[in-house]
Amino acid sequence: MSVVTSRPFQPIKKPASRSVLARTFRRNLPARIGAALICLYLLVALLAPVLAPPQGNCRRALNLAETQRIPGPTAYLRELVAPPIECLQMPRQGFAAQPKPPAGGTPLGSVNGYDIRYGLVWGARTAFFLGITVVAITVTVGGLIGLAAGFSGGWLDNVLMRLTDVTFAFPGLILVLVLVAALGPGLQNIIIALSLVSWAGPARVLRSEVLRLRELDFVAAARGLGSEPVRIALRHVLPNALGPVFSIVVLEMGSLPIVAGALSFLGLGTPLGFADWGQLIALAQKWIQGPPGEPFAYWYVTLFPGLCIALYSLGWNLLGDALGEQLDPRNR
Amino acid sequence: MLNFIIRRLLALPLIMLAVTFLIVLVMQLIPPEQRAVAFTTNLQQLGRVQEIIKTNHLGGSVFEQYWLWLGQALGGNLGFSRTSGQPVLATLLARFPATLELSLFTLVPLVWVGVWLGAQAAVHRNRAPDAVIRVIAVLGYSIPSFVLGIWLLVIFYGALDWLPGTGNISNDSAILLMTGSVRRVTGLVTIDALLGGRLDVFWDGLKHLILPAFTLLVVGIPALIKGTRASMIEALHSDYIRTVRAKGIAEKVVIRKHARRNALLPVATLISLSVSGLLQGAVLAETLYGYPGVGAWAAQAAAAGDLPGVLGFALLAATIVAVVNLLTDLAYTVIDPRVRYA
Repeated sequence: MSVVTSRPFQPIKKPASRSVLARTFRRNLPARIGAALICLYLLVALLAPVLAPPQGNCRRALNLAETQRIPGPTAYLRELVAPPIECLQMPRQGFAAQPKPPAGGTPLGSVNGYDIRYGLVWGARTAFFLGITVVAITVTVGGLIGLAAGFSGGWLDNVLMRLTDVTFAFPGLILVLVLVAALGPGLQNIIIALSLVSWAGPARVLRSEVLRLRELDFVAAARGLGSEPVRIALRHVLPNALGPVFSIVVLEMGSLPIVAGALSFLGLGTPLGFADWGQLIALAQKWIQGPPGEPFAYWYVTLFPGLCIALYSLGWNLLGDALGEQLDPRNR
Repeated sequence: MLNFIIRRLLALPLIMLAVTFLIVLVMQLIPPEQRAVAFTTNLQQLGRVQEIIKTNHLGGSVFEQYWLWLGQALGGNLGFSRTSGQPVLATLLARFPATLELSLFTLVPLVWVGVWLGAQAAVHRNRAPDAVIRVIAVLGYSIPSFVLGIWLLVIFYGALDWLPGTGNISNDSAILLMTGSVRRVTGLVTIDALLGGRLDVFWDGLKHLILPAFTLLVVGIPALIKGTRASMIEALHSDYIRTVRAKGIAEKVVIRKHARRNALLPVATLISLSVSGLLQGAVLAETLYGYPGVGAWAAQAAAAGDLPGVLGFALLAATIVAVVNLLTDLAYTVIDPRVRYA
């Protein structure tokens, strides 16, 4: 006699309908670490006035009362929406170039009289501001160019793609170097230079995506229903083509502060004393060798700013790597 | 195929024309008075700025200026660099060997280690070695070269004093080179020392190369690891690998003889991209280590607003990238029998 073991009834598994983001974070430790790091930096940027209380000119610009250490809610909101330029200037504790080790007033030490903590905390704002601005410009410009090239084809495609070829013919940093040397240093010019260099990547990716999508049935259906080409491009093709651009954007957010930091390091970046990570590293360059007998005397000057910029970049890279892996059709 | 090679060779001057036009276009961003400085060799000549603008048509249209610039450049005149106090071309020629040496000493281990790590990651995909190698790649992407360089200097130069912190040669060896005791043949310190049979000078040059080369290696290696890994994974998934495995061939042979050979084809492109990355990295690494190459000079020129210098460097970089791309395309016709260009 055979025993028929009846299995309990199992519901049919629902097909996975999770979004790309949800799938990326599922059982993926690196992606979670990356997201956590980015959230941490975002928090630091948002809470800058609390973590590194405003001083001197910044206090005056925010109209802080004599007894106030950190700005109240209204002053905070105003400062968040339109930060006064005085607050992004690192306050000077003194004018001695000699670095001072971490102490009460300067928990991460100071270099050239600048409080390292203040520079790192407010520098997070500079990093986010720079990244978001450049990415917004490049994705808009590069996206439109890629869309136009891929969708229209013909001579326009040819001209636009040759333009990206010429941009790619230059190693990126070298073109930025040329542009900044021509425009002059400063945050605004760095943003212009970085945008002029990095639009070509999104443009190429979007174009190849558009070339694939425009042959698909849903586009033919939209055309058959009498949609205008512009409407098809913007409403039907563009939203479907944005996926691969997304992971480029995340990776670019991580690499932009490195390039901007490199410019500051070369003396082409933000004006002296601006709260910017690259600037602090440029200042650290002179303190590689400690006084005789104490090789690591100035460790805080090189360690904290370097770690700060590397961890920020690491966060975006971990996230971008996981996203890219998730969006890669070969991994399905 | 000959047809393709000829067409590709003819495309090179066209690319260079486009790139140089872009350079002249960028120069329009700054006023003619500032550009006139490129035509002066000393401060006294600055008094005649208006005259210089007129004779060199600096106020004219982009095309007019480009035409004149092209004529000058083809004659070997790229302007005068304030930062080096010499003509741009002479500076480039004098400093390029050092950069070439650094790049060669980086490129060889970079490709070797990068390809090996990438292949290992693919073979052990989603297991421990893969995880470790991917962490290395992500760390390499995240640490800026100038931060890594400063940390290396703090440890190996500042604290341990094992390796030199600046230059490409110590004073003792420099004297040997200048007096002709070691003949300058190639301009590369280590190679000249070997040719002259001076092992002490060779070792000296090598010691100066270790830190900058390692810095460039760490920054450049993630792209190679990622690229090789992706291409190796694709190769391992292909039908011919399944066939070879079905024949019962040892896994080692499958990977070495069948998968890796095919996977390495796209790596040729990655190597040409690495050259471009090395040129960018050279600007930072040479500045940081006080290495007397073209990159350090370009950084100085950019910081001092010395446009002829920066543009000369950009021209050199664009030329190298274009030539390397050309060589890569040509190499494909040889290494990949499937590539047949009509």
